[in-house]
Amino acid sequence: MSDIDPEELQGHRSHLIRYAMLQLRDPNLAEDVVQETLVAAIESRAKFAAQSSPRTWLVGILKHKIIDLLRKRAREPQLNVAEGEDENELVDALFKENGHWADPPQTWNAPEQSLENAHFWNVFEQCNQRMPLNTARAFMMREFMEMSTDEICQELGISTTNCWVILHRARLALRECLDMNWFGNAR
Amino acid sequence: MIDCKHNTELLSQSYDRPITLRERIAMRMHLMMCRGCRNFEKQLTFLRKAARELPRKL
Ligand SMILES: [Zn+2]
Repeated sequence: MSDIDPEELQGHRSHLIRYAMLQLRDPNLAEDVVQETLVAAIESRAKFAAQSSPRTWLVGILKHKIIDLLRKRAREPQLNVAEGEDENELVDALFKENGHWADPPQTWNAPEQSLENAHFWNVFEQCNQRMPLNTARAFMMREFMEMSTDEICQELGISTTNCWVILHRARLALRECLDMNWFGNAR
Repeated sequence: MIDCKHNTELLSQSYDRPITLRERIAMRMHLMMCRGCRNFEKQLTFLRKAARELPRKL
């Protein structure tokens, strides 16, 4: 049976750190979960060797480690995310008094091609980092971790309605940020 | 007739919960008449796709 090449694992490391940072925004915590992920990978190296896409497999382990960590932290009240990260300002700026778009969304040019562009992913990452922590975290649980809304509410200790509101704001914010910084509809 | 603000809320929630028939009809009616919201709807689809590809792309 072949051992994991340490260099190969290292090759995945920076990628995993970037991914963990998006969710945790704390270099030390990100370092910890990635370390645990790599250890877990080494412990089940037979499985690692059998992967057609080791990176996807590693990200799968990492997701579970991140969820475990967030769960643990949710139980420690002092680490709870502050209530009232107020993003109503954004919604107020996007819509007029009468509920119509202040500035209706324009068409995005060839969005599919953007997915193949490394620079697009940098912008996407930055747009995520610009969101308030609680908002970004809920969005990532939903879209990257593919958790159900019920699970997310539970983890974050918020009501279902609040969860929908937060996810909606996240999408509005992300859309706006990509619109201005990538699709070139700067105003 | 729902406005854009409400319509975008429903569009977004359609990604998070089952939408009632009444809500679906309200959205369709609005979308027929509103280009801004049609663009928004397409962009929401793109956002989900992009977010779910992120682990492979970073
Ligand atoms: Zn509209």
